[in-house]
Amino acid sequence: MKVAVQNNAKVLALFAIACTALVSVVNWLTKDTIIRQQQQQLLSTLYDVIPAERLNNDLYHDCQVIAGNDYLGGDDEQMAYIARMDNMPVAVAITSAAPDGYNGKIKLIVALNVDGSVSGVRVLKHQETPGLGDKIETRKNDWIYGFNGKTVEAENDLRWAVKKDGGMFDQFTGATITPRAVVKAVKNTALYFNKNKDSILSAQTSTCRDNND
Amino acid sequence: MTERSEYKELSWQGLWKNNPGLVQLLGLCPLLAVTTTLTNAIGLGLATLLVLVCSNATVSAIRNWVPKEVRIPIFVLIIAAFVTCVQLLMNAYTFGLYQSLGIFLPLIVTNCAIIGRAEAYASKNPVKQATFDGLMMGLGFALVLMVLGAVREILGQGTLFDGADLLLGDWASVLRIEIFSFDSKFLLAILPPGAFIAMGFLIAGKNAIDAYIAKKQPKVETDKTIERVRVNFEG
Repeated sequence: MKVAVQNNAKVLALFAIACTALVSVVNWLTKDTIIRQQQQQLLSTLYDVIPAERLNNDLYHDCQVIAGNDYLGGDDEQMAYIARMDNMPVAVAITSAAPDGYNGKIKLIVALNVDGSVSGVRVLKHQETPGLGDKIETRKNDWIYGFNGKTVEAENDLRWAVKKDGGMFDQFTGATITPRAVVKAVKNTALYFNKNKDSILSAQTSTCRDNND
Repeated sequence: MTERSEYKELSWQGLWKNNPGLVQLLGLCPLLAVTTTLTNAIGLGLATLLVLVCSNATVSAIRNWVPKEVRIPIFVLIIAAFVTCVQLLMNAYTFGLYQSLGIFLPLIVTNCAIIGRAEAYASKNPVKQATFDGLMMGLGFALVLMVLGAVREILGQGTLFDGADLLLGDWASVLRIEIFSFDSKFLLAILPPGAFIAMGFLIAGKNAIDAYIAKKQPKVETDKTIERVRVNFEG
Protein backbone atom coordinates (compact mmCIF):
# COMPACT_ATOMS: atom_id res chain seq x y z
CA MET A 1 0.00 0.00 0.00
CA LYS A 2 2.69 2.43 1.08
CA VAL A 3 4.81 1.48 -1.89
CA ALA A 4 1.90 2.09 -4.25
CA VAL A 5 1.29 5.54 -2.79
CA GLN A 6 4.97 6.41 -3.06
CA ASN A 7 5.07 5.16 -6.59
CA ASN A 8 2.02 7.18 -7.61
CA ALA A 9 3.43 10.28 -5.97
CA LYS A 10 6.67 9.84 -7.86
CA VAL A 11 4.92 9.43 -11.22
CA LEU A 12 2.74 12.43 -10.54
CA ALA A 13 5.75 14.54 -9.54
CA LEU A 14 7.61 13.47 -12.67
CA PHE A 15 4.73 14.52 -14.88
CA ALA A 16 4.36 17.81 -13.04
CA ILE A 17 8.05 18.53 -13.63
CA ALA A 18 7.86 17.53 -17.30
CA CYS A 19 4.76 19.67 -17.95
CA THR A 20 6.24 22.65 -16.12
CA ALA A 21 9.41 22.29 -18.15
CA LEU A 22 7.43 22.26 -21.40
CA VAL A 23 5.47 25.38 -20.43
CA SER A 24 8.66 27.14 -19.32
CA VAL A 25 10.36 26.44 -22.62
CA VAL A 26 7.41 27.76 -24.64
CA ASN A 27 7.15 30.75 -22.35
CA TRP A 28 10.85 31.47 -22.80
CA LEU A 29 10.53 31.19 -26.57
CA THR A 30 7.49 33.44 -26.88
CA LYS A 31 8.21 35.97 -24.11
CA ASP A 32 9.93 38.56 -26.28
CA THR A 33 7.41 38.31 -29.09
CA ILE A 34 4.53 38.80 -26.66
CA ILE A 35 6.10 41.90 -25.13
CA ARG A 36 6.80 43.26 -28.59
CA GLN A 37 3.21 42.61 -29.66
CA GLN A 38 1.85 44.43 -26.62
CA GLN A 39 4.16 47.39 -27.21
CA GLN A 40 3.21 47.52 -30.87
CA GLN A 41 -0.47 47.38 -30.02
CA LEU A 42 -0.14 50.23 -27.55
CA LEU A 43 2.08 52.25 -29.85
CA SER A 44 -0.31 51.94 -32.77
CA THR A 45 -3.13 53.12 -30.51
CA LEU A 46 -0.96 55.99 -29.31
CA TYR A 47 -0.17 57.03 -32.88
CA ASP A 48 -3.89 56.79 -33.63
CA VAL A 49 -4.69 59.45 -31.08
CA ILE A 50 -1.55 61.55 -31.54
CA PRO A 51 -0.43 61.52 -35.20
CA ALA A 52 3.18 60.40 -35.53
CA GLU A 53 4.24 63.47 -37.49
CA ARG A 54 3.48 65.73 -34.53
CA LEU A 55 6.19 64.23 -32.34
CA ASN A 56 9.75 63.04 -32.52
CA ASN A 57 10.41 61.59 -29.08
CA ASP A 58 10.28 57.98 -27.91
CA LEU A 59 6.61 58.16 -26.98
CA TYR A 60 6.41 54.69 -25.47
CA HIS A 61 9.21 55.34 -22.99
CA ASP A 62 8.26 58.92 -22.11
CA CYS A 63 5.69 57.89 -19.61
CA GLN A 64 4.39 58.88 -16.19
CA VAL A 65 2.46 56.78 -13.69
CA ILE A 66 -0.57 58.56 -12.30
CA ALA A 67 -1.98 57.35 -9.02
CA GLY A 68 -5.63 56.36 -9.25
CA ASN A 69 -8.15 59.11 -8.57
CA ASP A 70 -11.81 59.88 -9.15
CA TYR A 71 -11.17 61.85 -12.31
CA LEU A 72 -9.57 58.85 -13.97
CA GLY A 73 -12.17 56.29 -13.03
CA GLY A 74 -11.13 54.93 -9.66
CA ASP A 75 -8.22 53.44 -7.78
CA ASP A 76 -6.38 51.85 -10.68
CA GLU A 77 -3.03 53.32 -11.63
CA GLN A 78 -3.10 55.10 -14.98
CA MET A 79 -0.41 56.03 -17.46
CA ALA A 80 0.37 59.28 -19.23
CA TYR A 81 2.44 59.15 -22.42
CA ILE A 82 3.95 62.49 -23.30
CA ALA A 83 4.47 63.42 -26.94
CA ARG A 84 7.19 65.99 -27.54
CA MET A 85 8.50 67.72 -30.63
CA ASP A 86 12.12 68.78 -30.12
CA ASN A 87 11.60 68.46 -26.36
CA MET A 88 8.56 70.76 -26.37
CA PRO A 89 5.47 68.88 -25.16
CA VAL A 90 2.71 68.83 -27.79
CA ALA A 91 0.20 66.38 -26.37
CA VAL A 92 -0.37 63.82 -23.65
CA ALA A 93 -2.15 60.48 -23.94
CA ILE A 94 -3.70 59.47 -20.62
CA THR A 95 -5.23 56.08 -19.96
CA SER A 96 -8.48 56.37 -18.10
CA ALA A 97 -11.60 54.42 -17.27
CA ALA A 98 -15.33 55.02 -17.32
CA PRO A 99 -16.49 53.34 -14.11
CA ASP A 100 -20.19 53.47 -15.01
CA GLY A 101 -20.35 51.46 -18.26
CA TYR A 102 -23.38 49.26 -18.87
CA ASN A 103 -21.34 46.16 -18.13
CA GLY A 104 -18.31 47.07 -16.04
CA LYS A 105 -15.50 49.53 -16.59
CA ILE A 106 -14.72 50.88 -20.04
CA LYS A 107 -10.99 51.45 -20.41
CA LEU A 108 -10.02 54.40 -22.55
CA ILE A 109 -7.02 56.29 -23.75
CA VAL A 110 -7.57 60.04 -24.09
CA ALA A 111 -5.05 62.19 -25.89
CA LEU A 112 -5.09 65.88 -25.05
CA ASN A 113 -3.18 68.65 -26.77
CA VAL A 114 -1.25 71.01 -24.51
CA ASP A 115 -3.90 73.69 -25.11
CA GLY A 116 -6.46 71.36 -23.48
CA SER A 117 -8.36 70.30 -26.62
CA VAL A 118 -8.93 66.61 -27.33
CA SER A 119 -6.57 65.11 -29.89
CA GLY A 120 -8.26 61.71 -29.98
CA VAL A 121 -9.99 59.06 -27.88
CA ARG A 122 -9.93 55.28 -28.23
CA VAL A 123 -11.51 52.47 -26.27
CA LEU A 124 -8.90 50.01 -25.05
CA LYS A 125 -11.19 47.45 -23.43
CA HIS A 126 -14.91 47.12 -22.78
CA GLN A 127 -17.68 44.59 -22.25
CA GLU A 128 -20.61 46.58 -23.60
CA THR A 129 -23.51 44.86 -25.35
CA PRO A 130 -22.50 43.70 -28.84
CA GLY A 131 -24.50 45.53 -31.48
CA LEU A 132 -25.59 48.33 -29.15
CA GLY A 133 -22.92 49.67 -26.81
CA ASP A 134 -19.97 48.47 -28.84
CA LYS A 135 -20.40 51.32 -31.32
CA ILE A 136 -17.74 53.07 -29.22
CA GLU A 137 -15.21 50.93 -31.11
CA THR A 138 -13.73 52.50 -34.22
CA ARG A 139 -14.29 49.35 -36.26
CA LYS A 140 -18.02 49.48 -35.58
CA ASN A 141 -18.81 53.17 -35.72
CA ASP A 142 -17.27 56.62 -36.17
CA TRP A 143 -18.80 57.96 -32.99
CA ILE A 144 -15.60 58.19 -30.96
CA TYR A 145 -14.06 60.59 -33.51
CA GLY A 146 -16.66 63.11 -32.38
CA PHE A 147 -14.42 64.08 -29.47
CA ASN A 148 -11.60 65.28 -31.73
CA GLY A 149 -10.89 68.96 -31.30
CA LYS A 150 -13.42 69.52 -28.51
CA THR A 151 -12.38 71.37 -25.38
CA VAL A 152 -13.72 71.21 -21.85
CA GLU A 153 -14.19 74.78 -20.69
CA ALA A 154 -15.11 74.21 -17.07
CA GLU A 155 -16.22 71.64 -14.54
CA ASN A 156 -19.87 72.46 -15.24
CA ASP A 157 -19.54 72.56 -19.02
CA LEU A 158 -23.05 71.57 -20.07
CA ARG A 159 -22.11 70.75 -23.67
CA TRP A 160 -20.18 67.72 -22.42
CA ALA A 161 -23.14 65.36 -22.29
CA VAL A 162 -25.13 63.24 -24.74
CA LYS A 163 -27.81 65.05 -26.76
CA LYS A 164 -30.55 63.44 -24.72
CA ASP A 165 -29.15 65.26 -21.68
CA GLY A 166 -28.77 68.52 -23.59
CA GLY A 167 -25.16 68.07 -24.63
CA MET A 168 -23.36 67.93 -27.96
CA PHE A 169 -22.63 64.21 -28.35
CA ASP A 170 -24.89 61.68 -30.06
CA GLN A 171 -26.22 58.72 -28.16
CA PHE A 172 -26.90 55.37 -29.85
CA THR A 173 -30.37 54.05 -30.49
CA GLY A 174 -31.09 51.70 -27.65
CA ALA A 175 -27.95 52.48 -25.73
CA THR A 176 -27.56 55.73 -23.83
CA ILE A 177 -25.67 54.47 -20.82
CA THR A 178 -22.50 53.58 -22.72
CA PRO A 179 -21.98 56.91 -24.53
CA ARG A 180 -22.98 58.80 -21.40
CA ALA A 181 -20.28 56.95 -19.45
CA VAL A 182 -17.66 57.56 -22.13
CA VAL A 183 -18.48 61.27 -22.47
CA LYS A 184 -18.23 61.71 -18.71
CA ALA A 185 -14.93 59.84 -18.53
CA VAL A 186 -13.38 61.87 -21.35
CA LYS A 187 -14.59 65.07 -19.74
CA ASN A 188 -13.11 64.08 -16.37
CA THR A 189 -9.81 63.10 -17.95
CA ALA A 190 -9.62 66.46 -19.70
CA LEU A 191 -10.43 68.22 -16.43
CA TYR A 192 -7.72 66.23 -14.67
CA PHE A 193 -5.24 67.21 -17.35
CA ASN A 194 -6.15 70.89 -17.11
CA LYS A 195 -5.57 70.82 -13.37
CA ASN A 196 -2.34 68.81 -13.38
CA LYS A 197 -0.86 69.90 -16.68
CA ASP A 198 2.29 71.36 -15.16
CA SER A 199 3.21 68.42 -13.01
CA ILE A 200 2.66 65.93 -15.83
CA LEU A 201 4.59 67.89 -18.43
CA SER A 202 7.46 69.08 -16.27
CA ALA A 203 8.51 65.59 -15.17
CA GLN A 204 11.70 64.70 -16.96
CA THR A 205 12.29 61.08 -16.06
CA SER A 206 9.93 58.30 -16.96
CA THR A 207 8.30 56.62 -13.99
CA CYS A 208 6.78 53.61 -15.75
CA ARG A 209 8.52 50.49 -14.47
CA ASP A 210 7.46 48.06 -17.19
CA ASN A 211 8.65 50.29 -19.97
CA ASN A 212 12.23 50.60 -18.80
CA ASP A 213 13.33 47.32 -20.23
CA MET B 1 -10.85 -5.66 -38.48
CA THR B 2 -8.46 -4.00 -40.93
CA GLU B 3 -6.64 -0.84 -40.00
CA ARG B 4 -8.26 1.06 -42.83
CA SER B 5 -11.80 0.39 -41.72
CA GLU B 6 -10.78 1.37 -38.21
CA TYR B 7 -9.64 4.80 -39.38
CA LYS B 8 -12.81 5.11 -41.43
CA GLU B 9 -14.88 4.33 -38.38
CA LEU B 10 -12.92 6.81 -36.28
CA SER B 11 -13.58 9.57 -38.83
CA TRP B 12 -17.26 8.69 -39.00
CA GLN B 13 -17.52 8.73 -35.22
CA GLY B 14 -15.68 12.05 -34.78
CA LEU B 15 -17.21 13.98 -37.63
CA TRP B 16 -20.80 12.76 -37.48
CA LYS B 17 -22.08 9.85 -35.45
CA ASN B 18 -20.47 10.75 -32.12
CA ASN B 19 -19.66 14.41 -32.84
CA PRO B 20 -18.43 16.09 -29.63
CA GLY B 21 -20.50 19.21 -30.26
CA LEU B 22 -23.75 17.82 -31.66
CA VAL B 23 -24.05 14.40 -30.01
CA GLN B 24 -21.85 14.30 -26.94
CA LEU B 25 -22.70 17.97 -26.24
CA LEU B 26 -19.29 18.49 -24.68
CA GLY B 27 -17.58 21.85 -24.42
CA LEU B 28 -20.80 23.82 -24.77
CA CYS B 29 -19.50 26.82 -22.86
CA PRO B 30 -16.83 27.88 -25.39
CA LEU B 31 -18.99 26.55 -28.22
CA LEU B 32 -21.81 28.96 -27.46
CA ALA B 33 -19.82 31.87 -26.11
CA VAL B 34 -17.22 32.30 -28.82
CA THR B 35 -19.24 31.66 -31.97
CA THR B 36 -20.32 35.26 -32.53
CA THR B 37 -18.20 35.44 -35.67
CA LEU B 38 -16.73 32.89 -38.04
CA THR B 39 -13.20 34.10 -37.34
CA ASN B 40 -13.52 33.56 -33.61
CA ALA B 41 -15.01 30.13 -34.26
CA ILE B 42 -12.13 29.09 -36.53
CA GLY B 43 -9.60 30.39 -34.02
CA LEU B 44 -11.04 28.48 -31.08
CA GLY B 45 -11.71 25.44 -33.26
CA LEU B 46 -8.08 25.27 -34.38
CA ALA B 47 -6.79 25.80 -30.84
CA THR B 48 -9.03 23.02 -29.51
CA LEU B 49 -8.07 20.75 -32.39
CA LEU B 50 -4.36 21.26 -31.71
CA VAL B 51 -4.74 20.60 -27.99
CA LEU B 52 -6.87 17.53 -28.62
CA VAL B 53 -4.39 15.96 -31.06
CA CYS B 54 -1.40 16.68 -28.80
CA SER B 55 -3.11 15.48 -25.63
CA ASN B 56 -4.46 12.31 -27.26
CA ALA B 57 -1.03 11.45 -28.66
CA THR B 58 0.72 12.08 -25.34
CA VAL B 59 -1.87 10.28 -23.24
CA SER B 60 -1.68 7.30 -25.56
CA ALA B 61 2.12 7.29 -25.57
CA ILE B 62 2.34 7.15 -21.79
CA ARG B 63 -0.64 4.88 -21.22
CA ASN B 64 1.52 1.94 -20.09
CA TRP B 65 3.49 3.90 -17.48
CA VAL B 66 0.65 5.71 -15.77
CA PRO B 67 -0.82 4.00 -12.68
CA LYS B 68 -4.57 4.01 -13.07
CA GLU B 69 -5.18 5.62 -9.64
CA VAL B 70 -3.50 8.87 -10.66
CA ARG B 71 -4.34 8.88 -14.36
CA ILE B 72 -6.91 11.67 -14.22
CA PRO B 73 -4.62 14.26 -12.54
CA ILE B 74 -1.91 13.35 -15.03
CA PHE B 75 -4.29 13.80 -17.97
CA VAL B 76 -5.33 17.18 -16.58
CA LEU B 77 -1.68 18.18 -16.17
CA ILE B 78 -0.91 17.25 -19.76
CA ILE B 79 -3.96 19.05 -21.15
CA ALA B 80 -3.29 22.15 -19.06
CA ALA B 81 0.32 22.23 -20.23
CA PHE B 82 -0.70 22.04 -23.89
CA VAL B 83 -3.39 24.66 -23.48
CA THR B 84 -0.92 27.03 -21.83
CA CYS B 85 1.50 26.48 -24.69
CA VAL B 86 -1.19 27.16 -27.30
CA GLN B 87 -2.24 30.24 -25.35
CA LEU B 88 1.32 31.60 -25.26
CA LEU B 89 1.81 30.89 -28.95
CA MET B 90 -1.44 32.62 -29.89
CA ASN B 91 -0.58 35.55 -27.66
CA ALA B 92 2.71 35.87 -29.50
CA TYR B 93 1.63 35.27 -33.09
CA THR B 94 -2.10 36.05 -33.35
CA PHE B 95 -2.36 38.83 -30.81
CA GLY B 96 -5.67 40.31 -31.98
CA LEU B 97 -7.41 36.97 -31.99
CA TYR B 98 -5.93 36.13 -28.60
CA GLN B 99 -7.62 39.23 -27.27
CA SER B 100 -10.97 38.54 -28.85
CA LEU B 101 -11.06 34.93 -27.62
CA GLY B 102 -10.20 36.17 -24.16
CA ILE B 103 -10.97 33.86 -21.28
CA PHE B 104 -12.20 31.05 -23.54
CA LEU B 105 -8.70 30.12 -24.60
CA PRO B 106 -7.50 29.05 -21.11
CA LEU B 107 -10.94 27.51 -20.61
CA ILE B 108 -10.09 24.86 -23.22
CA VAL B 109 -8.58 23.02 -20.23
CA THR B 110 -12.06 22.47 -18.89
CA ASN B 111 -13.49 21.36 -22.23
CA CYS B 112 -14.83 17.91 -21.36
CA ALA B 113 -14.39 16.78 -24.95
CA ILE B 114 -10.64 16.70 -24.43
CA ILE B 115 -10.43 14.84 -21.15
CA GLY B 116 -13.30 12.68 -22.35
CA ARG B 117 -11.33 11.49 -25.39
CA ALA B 118 -8.18 11.03 -23.29
CA GLU B 119 -10.03 8.80 -20.85
CA ALA B 120 -12.37 6.99 -23.23
CA TYR B 121 -10.10 6.36 -26.19
CA ALA B 122 -6.49 7.53 -26.02
CA SER B 123 -5.66 5.81 -22.74
CA LYS B 124 -6.61 2.43 -24.22
CA ASN B 125 -5.34 2.61 -27.80
CA PRO B 126 -2.06 2.91 -29.71
CA VAL B 127 -0.59 6.31 -30.50
CA LYS B 128 -1.46 6.35 -34.18
CA GLN B 129 -5.13 5.61 -33.71
CA ALA B 130 -5.36 7.93 -30.70
CA THR B 131 -3.83 10.81 -32.64
CA PHE B 132 -6.20 10.18 -35.52
CA ASP B 133 -9.13 10.06 -33.11
CA GLY B 134 -8.01 13.40 -31.65
CA LEU B 135 -7.81 14.86 -35.15
CA MET B 136 -11.29 13.67 -36.13
CA MET B 137 -12.96 14.64 -32.85
CA GLY B 138 -11.22 18.01 -33.04
CA LEU B 139 -12.35 18.50 -36.63
CA GLY B 140 -15.90 17.55 -35.68
CA PHE B 141 -15.88 20.10 -32.89
CA ALA B 142 -14.27 22.77 -35.08
CA LEU B 143 -16.83 22.19 -37.85
CA VAL B 144 -19.74 22.67 -35.46
CA LEU B 145 -18.09 25.84 -34.16
CA MET B 146 -17.65 27.13 -37.69
CA VAL B 147 -21.19 26.40 -38.83
CA LEU B 148 -22.56 28.05 -35.72
CA GLY B 149 -20.18 31.00 -36.08
CA ALA B 150 -21.09 31.49 -39.74
CA VAL B 151 -24.85 31.30 -39.09
CA ARG B 152 -24.68 33.71 -36.20
CA GLU B 153 -22.42 36.14 -38.02
CA ILE B 154 -24.66 36.22 -41.10
CA LEU B 155 -27.83 36.65 -39.07
CA GLY B 156 -26.30 39.01 -36.54
CA GLN B 157 -24.29 41.40 -38.65
CA GLY B 158 -24.75 40.29 -42.25
CA THR B 159 -21.07 39.56 -42.86
CA LEU B 160 -18.71 36.61 -43.16
CA PHE B 161 -15.04 36.52 -42.12
CA ASP B 162 -15.34 39.83 -40.30
CA GLY B 163 -11.99 40.33 -38.55
CA ALA B 164 -10.26 37.51 -40.41
CA ASP B 165 -7.12 39.65 -40.41
CA LEU B 166 -6.86 39.09 -36.66
CA LEU B 167 -6.33 35.39 -37.33
CA LEU B 168 -4.50 35.28 -40.62
CA GLY B 169 -2.67 38.58 -40.92
CA ASP B 170 -3.43 41.77 -42.81
CA TRP B 171 -3.95 40.20 -46.23
CA ALA B 172 -7.02 38.38 -44.90
CA SER B 173 -9.10 41.54 -44.53
CA VAL B 174 -10.05 41.05 -48.20
CA LEU B 175 -11.86 37.85 -47.20
CA ARG B 176 -14.54 39.86 -45.46
CA ILE B 177 -17.84 39.46 -47.28
CA GLU B 178 -20.69 41.84 -46.71
CA ILE B 179 -23.77 39.75 -47.49
CA PHE B 180 -26.31 42.35 -46.60
CA SER B 181 -26.23 45.39 -44.36
CA PHE B 182 -28.84 46.68 -42.00
CA ASP B 183 -28.93 49.60 -39.60
CA SER B 184 -29.76 47.78 -36.41
CA LYS B 185 -28.31 44.35 -35.99
CA PHE B 186 -30.32 41.23 -35.29
CA LEU B 187 -29.22 41.20 -31.67
CA LEU B 188 -30.68 37.83 -30.74
CA ALA B 189 -28.26 36.04 -33.03
CA ILE B 190 -25.25 37.63 -31.37
CA LEU B 191 -26.36 37.24 -27.76
CA PRO B 192 -26.15 33.91 -25.87
CA PRO B 193 -29.85 32.96 -26.28
CA GLY B 194 -29.37 33.07 -30.05
CA ALA B 195 -26.48 30.65 -29.67
CA PHE B 196 -28.67 28.16 -27.83
CA ILE B 197 -31.43 28.46 -30.40
CA ALA B 198 -29.06 28.04 -33.34
CA MET B 199 -27.43 25.08 -31.60
CA GLY B 200 -30.86 23.53 -31.11
CA PHE B 201 -31.61 23.84 -34.82
CA LEU B 202 -28.25 22.30 -35.68
CA ILE B 203 -28.89 19.27 -33.47
CA ALA B 204 -32.42 18.95 -34.81
CA GLY B 205 -31.04 19.13 -38.35
CA LYS B 206 -28.55 16.36 -37.64
CA ASN B 207 -31.24 14.18 -36.10
CA ALA B 208 -33.54 14.81 -39.05
CA ILE B 209 -30.83 13.71 -41.48
CA ASP B 210 -30.14 10.61 -39.37
CA ALA B 211 -33.85 9.78 -39.29
CA TYR B 212 -34.11 10.26 -43.04
CA ILE B 213 -31.20 7.92 -43.65
CA ALA B 214 -32.57 5.36 -41.21
CA LYS B 215 -35.91 5.43 -43.03
CA LYS B 216 -34.22 4.74 -46.33
CA GLN B 217 -31.99 2.05 -44.91
CA PRO B 218 -34.41 -0.95 -44.39
CA LYS B 219 -34.97 -1.31 -48.15
CA VAL B 220 -31.38 -2.43 -48.67
CA GLU B 221 -31.17 -4.19 -45.33
CA THR B 222 -31.32 -7.69 -46.81
CA ASP B 223 -28.03 -7.65 -48.61
CA LYS B 224 -26.31 -5.48 -46.03
CA THR B 225 -26.97 -7.48 -42.88
CA ILE B 226 -23.64 -9.22 -42.85
CA GLU B 227 -21.76 -5.98 -43.16
CA ARG B 228 -23.75 -4.34 -40.39
CA VAL B 229 -22.66 -6.97 -37.91
CA ARG B 230 -19.07 -6.19 -38.71
CA VAL B 231 -19.43 -2.45 -38.35
CA ASN B 232 -21.20 -2.58 -35.00
CA PHE B 233 -18.27 -2.47 -32.67
CA GLU B 234 -18.13 0.97 -31.12
CA GLY B 235 -18.02 1.19 -27.35
